[in-house]
Amino acid sequence: MGFALPGIPFGCTYAMVAVALVLTYQATGVFNFAFGAQAYVSAFIFTLLVQNEHMSVLLAFVLSVLLLAPALGLIFDRYLFRKIPNSNTTAKLVTGITLFVGIPALLPVIFGSNNQYNPPSILFNPDNVYFRVLGTPINGISLSTVVVTAVVLLGLVILMRLTPLGLQMRGAVESRRLVQLDGVNSGRVVAVAWAVSSLMAGLAGVLLAPLYAQLQAEDYATLVVAAFAAAAWAVLRSMPIAAVVGILMGVADTVLQGYLPASSVWSSAALTSLPFIVLVAALLLVPGLRKLGEATDPLASIDPPTPPTTAALRAPQMDRIIRIGWYILLAAFIVSMLTWIPKVWENVFNAGLCFSVVFLSITLITGMGGQLSLCQAMLAGVGAFTAAQLANHLGLSLLVGGIVGAVAAGLVAVVLAVASLRLRGLGLALMTIAAALFFDSAVFPQLSTANGSPISVQSKWVGLGLLNPNGHAFFVLAMVVLVVCVLGVLLIRQGTTGRYLAAMRGSETAAAGLGINLTWQRVLIFGLSGVVAGVGGTLLTIQQQSVSAEAFNYQLSLAFVVIVVTTGVSTVEGAINAGFGFVVIQQLLTYLPSRFGGNSLVFVLFAFGAFTYASHPEGILEFQKRRWTQRMERLVFHTGDPPPGPGPSLAGALGGGQGHRAPDAASHAVVAVEPAVTDRG
Amino acid sequence: MADPGPLLAVDGVSKIFGGITAVESVCFEVEAGESVGLVGPNGAGKTTLFNCICGQLQPERGSIILDGHQLLGTPTYKRARLGIGRTYQRVEVFPDMTVREHLLVADRARLRQGRLWKDLLNRSAPTPEENARVDAVLDMVGIADRGDAPVSSLGLGSCRLVELARALVGEPVLLLADEPSSGLDVHETHELSEVLRKLQRERGMAVLLVEHDLGMVGSVVDRTIVMNLGAVIAQGTFDDVMADPAVRQAYLGVSA
Amino acid sequence: MTSGGTEAGTLTTTAEPGTVPLALEVEHISASYGPYRALFDVTFSVPAGGITALIGSNGAGKSTVSRVVTGLLPSTSGSVRLNGRDITGLPAYKIARAGTAHVPEGRGVFGSLTVEENLKLVFRQRGGRRCVPDALVRAYDAFPVLGERRRQNGGTLSGGEQRMLSLAKVLVLPPSLLVADEISLGLAPVVIDVVYDGLRKINEAGTAVMVVEQQVDRVLDLAGTAVVLEHGSVAYDGPSDGALAAVERVLTARGEDPAEDLSLLSPADEAGPAGRPSGQRRRPWSRGRGGRQGAGESTGSPESTTPPG
Repeated sequence: MGFALPGIPFGCTYAMVAVALVLTYQATGVFNFAFGAQAYVSAFIFTLLVQNEHMSVLLAFVLSVLLLAPALGLIFDRYLFRKIPNSNTTAKLVTGITLFVGIPALLPVIFGSNNQYNPPSILFNPDNVYFRVLGTPINGISLSTVVVTAVVLLGLVILMRLTPLGLQMRGAVESRRLVQLDGVNSGRVVAVAWAVSSLMAGLAGVLLAPLYAQLQAEDYATLVVAAFAAAAWAVLRSMPIAAVVGILMGVADTVLQGYLPASSVWSSAALTSLPFIVLVAALLLVPGLRKLGEATDPLASIDPPTPPTTAALRAPQMDRIIRIGWYILLAAFIVSMLTWIPKVWENVFNAGLCFSVVFLSITLITGMGGQLSLCQAMLAGVGAFTAAQLANHLGLSLLVGGIVGAVAAGLVAVVLAVASLRLRGLGLALMTIAAALFFDSAVFPQLSTANGSPISVQSKWVGLGLLNPNGHAFFVLAMVVLVVCVLGVLLIRQGTTGRYLAAMRGSETAAAGLGINLTWQRVLIFGLSGVVAGVGGTLLTIQQQSVSAEAFNYQLSLAFVVIVVTTGVSTVEGAINAGFGFVVIQQLLTYLPSRFGGNSLVFVLFAFGAFTYASHPEGILEFQKRRWTQRMERLVFHTGDPPPGPGPSLAGALGGGQGHRAPDAASHAVVAVEPAVTDRG
Repeated sequence: MADPGPLLAVDGVSKIFGGITAVESVCFEVEAGESVGLVGPNGAGKTTLFNCICGQLQPERGSIILDGHQLLGTPTYKRARLGIGRTYQRVEVFPDMTVREHLLVADRARLRQGRLWKDLLNRSAPTPEENARVDAVLDMVGIADRGDAPVSSLGLGSCRLVELARALVGEPVLLLADEPSSGLDVHETHELSEVLRKLQRERGMAVLLVEHDLGMVGSVVDRTIVMNLGAVIAQGTFDDVMADPAVRQAYLGVSA
Repeated sequence: MTSGGTEAGTLTTTAEPGTVPLALEVEHISASYGPYRALFDVTFSVPAGGITALIGSNGAGKSTVSRVVTGLLPSTSGSVRLNGRDITGLPAYKIARAGTAHVPEGRGVFGSLTVEENLKLVFRQRGGRRCVPDALVRAYDAFPVLGERRRQNGGTLSGGEQRMLSLAKVLVLPPSLLVADEISLGLAPVVIDVVYDGLRKINEAGTAVMVVEQQVDRVLDLAGTAVVLEHGSVAYDGPSDGALAAVERVLTARGEDPAEDLSLLSPADEAGPAGRPSGQRRRPWSRGRGGRQGAGESTGSPESTTPPG
């Protein structure tokens, strides 16, 4: 009992964030991955204003929470989320993740890389003990958390359930158009919803800032993901349940801390992974989460249909030219790498090859499998750590260990797939993130060295002179591996498996009705994706000559999604562009003064691309390439106007009286056509 | 020779959604080669019944036997392989594919020819036999001219025909058609009825047809079942059933 | 213009004698879904307090017209006037507030809100806080089945009940124009009776109604004027008597046999085309064409026929 009580204020931190997450979902229809980032921004600015600008706490609070936070939310709504139709849940998810990755990366760029320490408190003095309950001291932080949580919970429940505005918000979440037919200004209602929810984020950020000695985005991110778990148990619907579960999680945490031996390696693993276990349990046990995020907007058919693929429409001569171009480029690349490219850049390109393999795993699971997976870096890490451990303890060559590691990663992916059989969309994404976090907090640190530093690759682990800095052996290895993987992906895609997967992306119901075993196909593609990711992980290990948990953490998993969504998630070209783009841009950024936040800028750049995802689900880069290709086509072959788009009958096909479920944009290898207005003669 | 029994035997099937009984102790049979219409108001349970037969839903009670196989407990894809073809109330085509690709994947799925190792050895291209089968079905349904069009460029009427062709390529013994004329205009409905009648004549396939367009039902089916509020309220020939007072009251509206 | 209940035939107007006031005027409207054009220069009108049928084959653009009229889809050219007021380009909620109601095709209710919440949402918005309790009572009186299901989520209602819910909103707070989009789709004939009855009552209270339908016989009974669309253009605009002939012309122009297709339309044609036993084509559920009903039956604009698109 003595352990339980202090758990309550701690649990209230989870509760407050969980309630805000539920509110955001209920009021805006978006599962706000960026909540932590928004909280961090307000906390950061607040601390900056108070400490650097010596503003009064009250004024700083007003600026950072009451003004800045809602303003940020309104910007997100107006320029990002409003462009996404209600039914496109993948785009909402991707945009949220992009904000999650982009915002913390942006701050050091704007404000320089100085960290903030010892953030001030706004309500009660955190160190004062105000009174005691059953012998437990209640200090300022606990008091303020509990009080604010209670007030917020009450206020929000009243808002959503009892006020007309709350009703309008819930209606707008289901269908912005339908609610307009009732005379409601849906734009304004949704904007207010975003403002309120962002205000909550800012409030949470500033309130919880004194908990951390050093203000870091990661702490907020972890807190938010833990709050996901509580929100998940509430099926993202009931704020009181979210609050209660959050508090219970806090209590469980402190109770466990009390009972488990502090020095045990398992106890720290268990504690850090507790929220993720709760999240996984929710995803497995709560039936309401299976359909999470499946939008049911009855007026979805009014949105213009996604443009058809033009791959079939590309002139075969152009196809041939492009293919020949790729072969020439490949040959030139190989020759250059073996001859004149300087060492620095050779390393960069080698890393590019490794990352390309990892990105190919995303092509498999997201492009072909149609499922958003947020744990690919984790799977690469499984491959890498397995190989490293085998080399370390059994003296196995990394090359052999790499194969074992790839199989291990494949198995982990298979387990994940089997656990998520009933989950789709948002639920599946949460499951993969939970898995990534679990490995980050409980597994990888155990497999690293005792003090958590990276394991370095010893030369006896790899033969063939792969570590020789003056040779090109690694390049050859990586090139061969990449080519094999590329061929594998292409063959699978054009083969029966690829076609079954395309059918499943189009309509799971119809695919099952044809006799396609959905379970087997899902498990298969997850497994293949895991294997490829594992291979990439081992390659990276050899290339970087070390393996560490940081190199495969969950933020990287999310960043990978942001990157590949920009370059094109369903094509092999997209994966290679992503792999090379990632490392080349990072290298180029080293030539900038470090004031520009160093590495973070690469994520910001890709984030800008990812923001266009809603209108260009095939990837903004892919879109530009297609446009360029078509221009060339017209120029070279003098083919007339761009191929005509579908006639007016299309509007009937998708809109005719049936409320056809608008296709989920991510699951198509969609390429945009230059909008061709077809006039009837 | 012993009577092989009906092709499809639905016996005492009930489906309850959280307190609402969608389907209540429904019993009927479909003989091989027979076409049966299933009509009734919205909410009568027709699509729910279809979903129970196909496997998307598990009924609480009852049994469904197809050609001697108990369907309950079997997953959807296995039921499809037993010989059930289906079209859906909301057309479920694969937006990325052309019409031909739809039929090819349906053919492959039925024959279970797909193997990963075959893919990797590049031995998965469509064979001439497959193409021939697909062409035959395209002709039969009357969409051979649209064979290579991407399905996203076709209107709703053509999409419904594509769905039908896709269901047929698997040579099902039983076709479940769920409101295939919904959203189609008079001419397209006409086309569809023609195709269904032709299929019955040429293939001897059993058809279970859910429809609101009673004109179409009357001209296509041998027998009609009327459902209301989850239960069967009449069975018989189309004319008999439409004259049944219970049906007139519940469905048609009492008329002079 | 108010959205109050004016009695049929007693519209006050400052228009010159001989001209009929128009609830809705659609002029030279074109519209697209993204890059795909759906409407080409559509012009027609709905008389105040009247009922106009909008018919045509699949993909003709009927639903597109409804969406443009109520603002769900922007037009690319042309204008729309509601009771003389230009509403072109206004967002949907402003058009709704100006006095329109739209029962969209498919599910037109909020599945995640209860029946009562669905009603409260619109009553509070259109009528203000004080009118809500009374409005709820009137809604449940008009459609008792809604009262029984008031705490059920909209998504659990049957298709017919959902249409009734949409109609209840309109019946209680009548607008000047109701757009009903394929309101009888998928409904049992007995339920269609109830729904059309509701439309009639709404019209009798003074609301002009534009009914979009695929099944033509019932709607032509109900409506005074009719507009036939074909491939996104107007093929006919005039009294509903002449609509069937126009449809016939359209089918002929398309190369289809109107006799064959129309036999599915007109129950009077019991014999059916040659070679088909009449028993299979008879539609015993139709109520016969017992003369035109509906208030606000207009003397209409002179019959005008525009050749098909």
